[in-house]
Amino acid sequence: MAHVISDLSKYALVIIMAVYTLECFAVFRHKDEEKRSGIYMRQIICMFLIHFIGFAAICLETSDASYIILYGIQQILLFATIALFRVIYPEANKLIVNNMCMLLSIGFVELTRLSYDKSIRQLKIVAASLVIGLVIPYLISKFAFLRNLTWIYGGIGIAALGTVLIFGAVTHGAKISYSIGGFAFQPSEFIKIVFVFFVAGMLAKAKDFVHILIASGAAALHVIILVGSKDLGSALIYFVVYVSMVFVATRNYLYLLLGVGSGALASVLAYRLFAHVRVRVLAFRDPFGYIDTAGYQIAQSLFAIGTGGWFGMGIYQGQPTAIPFVEEDSIFSAIAEEWGLLFALCLILVCLSCFLMFMNIATKQKDDFYRLVAVGIGVTYIFQIFLTIGGGTRFIPLTGVTLPLVSYGGSSVLSTIIMFAIIEGLYVVRYKEGVWNEQE
Amino acid sequence: MSRNNSNESGNKQQEQGRKRRNTEIYLLIYVFVFLMLGVMGHLVYFQQTQRETTINNSYNTRQELLASQNIRGKILSADGEILAQTLVDAQGNETREYPYKELFAHVVGYSTKGKTGVESLGNINLLTSNAFIGEKIQNEIDSTKNYGDSIVTTLNVKLQQTAYDALGVYSGAILVTEAKTGKVLAMVSKPDYDPNQIAQIWEQVINDEKSSVLVNRATQGLYPPGSTFKIVTSLEYFRENGGDVSGYSYQCNGSYRSGQDKISCYHGTSHGSVDFKKSFEKSCNSSYVNIGLSLDLNKLSKTAEELYFNKELPTTLLSGKSSYVLTASDETYDIMQTSIGQGKTQITPLHLNMLTQAIANGGQMMKPYVIDRVENYKGTLIKQYSKSAAGEIMSTEESAFLTELMTGVVERGTASKLSGLSYTAAGKTGSAEFNGVKEDSHAWFTGFAPADDPEICVTIIVEGAGSGGDYAVPIAKRIFDAYFLE
Repeated sequence: MAHVISDLSKYALVIIMAVYTLECFAVFRHKDEEKRSGIYMRQIICMFLIHFIGFAAICLETSDASYIILYGIQQILLFATIALFRVIYPEANKLIVNNMCMLLSIGFVELTRLSYDKSIRQLKIVAASLVIGLVIPYLISKFAFLRNLTWIYGGIGIAALGTVLIFGAVTHGAKISYSIGGFAFQPSEFIKIVFVFFVAGMLAKAKDFVHILIASGAAALHVIILVGSKDLGSALIYFVVYVSMVFVATRNYLYLLLGVGSGALASVLAYRLFAHVRVRVLAFRDPFGYIDTAGYQIAQSLFAIGTGGWFGMGIYQGQPTAIPFVEEDSIFSAIAEEWGLLFALCLILVCLSCFLMFMNIATKQKDDFYRLVAVGIGVTYIFQIFLTIGGGTRFIPLTGVTLPLVSYGGSSVLSTIIMFAIIEGLYVVRYKEGVWNEQE
Repeated sequence: MSRNNSNESGNKQQEQGRKRRNTEIYLLIYVFVFLMLGVMGHLVYFQQTQRETTINNSYNTRQELLASQNIRGKILSADGEILAQTLVDAQGNETREYPYKELFAHVVGYSTKGKTGVESLGNINLLTSNAFIGEKIQNEIDSTKNYGDSIVTTLNVKLQQTAYDALGVYSGAILVTEAKTGKVLAMVSKPDYDPNQIAQIWEQVINDEKSSVLVNRATQGLYPPGSTFKIVTSLEYFRENGGDVSGYSYQCNGSYRSGQDKISCYHGTSHGSVDFKKSFEKSCNSSYVNIGLSLDLNKLSKTAEELYFNKELPTTLLSGKSSYVLTASDETYDIMQTSIGQGKTQITPLHLNMLTQAIANGGQMMKPYVIDRVENYKGTLIKQYSKSAAGEIMSTEESAFLTELMTGVVERGTASKLSGLSYTAAGKTGSAEFNGVKEDSHAWFTGFAPADDPEICVTIIVEGAGSGGDYAVPIAKRIFDAYFLE
């Protein structure tokens, strides 16, 4: 009987998710936040329904009611986040908060299904991150001097990444983390943000060739250190973010061309120089030919998506744990397997609507620094999603990065919440500018 | 009023200025939205077209998960006879039953001890249940399993039985396909086994390397093509001579000599004065060596590749790769041997059947397939497979030319046992020598009927029997008779 309910629940999940996703884009029809309030309410209802149905299915399938406690805590946390953001920052964009909570709740359900321990750990980190996230918009809007710390950002970035390169622990062939007090810390996740601030600071000041050259040198150093640590996914993200920001700052198509060209050249070089890059490409081209070795992860990921079909196997009906690093790199495939491809496609669209809101604030910022920060964060976010989902579905070679807010990973979730909070800070800044303009 | 106007236009200018300022940001938005839509499109495409072949992989452990939920479905012949089904006893134990025992052993395959044949090709379908949703819910409540979907094959029981009986005690293979669609109507491989007994005989058959019982010779057996390769040699000669072979003549005295090297006609028969058609009809080795030595070997190589030598065959059936290795730098003797289908060239019966089918079908090669449709256990259609072309491997003129030659083989040549019947067949025989011993030869026949509007293609190899005309052609006749007369 439990099976029947969880079988039917998957259809309900798809329909509710589709409604939520439609509302994400319905938002863009109205310019006024007040007119959007109905949309936001419906979204919150959808979100809580999905969270509830997900946990109901887990309780039924495992015949273990103790998950209710976990559900309750998560529910309170999500509710508090939405409420507090509304009270403290009435001028903030509510779609961004909704989407953040939606992605977190999908992640909560799927992680609980995959690994109870990891789910508990994730919950603690998310709770702490949300507290930090609540403070950040205030800091951004209050402390204008944050924009003048350009070389401090650069210094921190290179120092932190350099430390990992020299002292970092090797996980899965790449040096990406070091431990502080038993807490495995992945600096490249945080330095992404610091890097965006550094580049924004550099480019907001001056856009002459010499200046760009210096900025490029410093940015290249970041990327080279990451390549040295074999953290290719991050290296690629930093690179694409930098090229995008230079393009927006200079409005010069030549730089874009130069960026794309040097990127292509670097890819060829990386392919020639590094065996692990060739392995990735090989696994991408023929995952089933190398299924025992390099192709295993992609093959399992494709099995999951394919077996799931449009509506999924139902929660606990598939075998997502057969995919290596499922909680970190391949959670999208796990969701596609059990919740269905339609749900997973909606998930992509929700992420896309976040990106659009990020870029939306970029177009509205008068201040160059803030504008570039918004562009940098927007590109960081969407390009990471492109890498992780594209890699797991064999659209591009697999690079092994997380799906922000959904995947397991303390550093990833904390840094993403900070990114979302910074964007909310920019909405607050913009609102204040608007009010000030009107008074003038 | 005027102030309002200027204010409005000022706003407009501001708005336009803002848009211009943001051109680059909009461009970035487009680029990334485009990339994400690409990912989504790719996923939809994958789900629609590549899903089944992807998940029907023995590494996909989710198949076992499906097996725990659903009873493996039936495999049926084209006319609805049960070729494989799962029986469940009162205790819920499942056994896979093959009512026709050895008859369909290789093509239907087995599903324990690994999976082969249709059991492997359609594994995911057999394990998936598309039973009605209400019934599935009822089964959930009763905690019983659902019935998996049935696979309806293209196989014809009567033709299969005829082919099986006709091959008799010999080892070898027989393939019967539909000329215009590529449907496999019959597929026999011997020696065979009883798939009902696979668990009991497993140790014995895998240790018996000599007879390789489990190998499906029809799709995976690699044999020297013998004189059937003269089809390829003839096609190449036709191409190199601008479609006109009327100027060719040769005086056969039973063998061809080139220095130390000598190739004889079958049984040393002297064919006298032959033109091109007669060389083919009588399968005159000496004349074909003469033809082969006149060919551009690079072009011949290219033609062979176009005909799918050294390539994976365009089919989902598990098949062997035929090989053609002759190059311009090889010895004269190798060229002589290759022209008549001896030497290092190897071909699978399936491949030869596909070439024959393309000739019968105006040059268009169809992908052979054995699964016609998937139905749920009550017979509601779930998925219909249809014919699909692999491409045009030769022109209409070329296929007409080869058809004419092959019709001549039946009327006046080595396959004359098929002449004077109510249907007109076309074909080519072969007697492929192996072990380097003249007396040991595999009997080949490949052909189709009716010659003017082909319906079925038949390819036969009888291992170690003797000449194609004596041993393979009579089998072809029994199959054609069964199809056209009964």
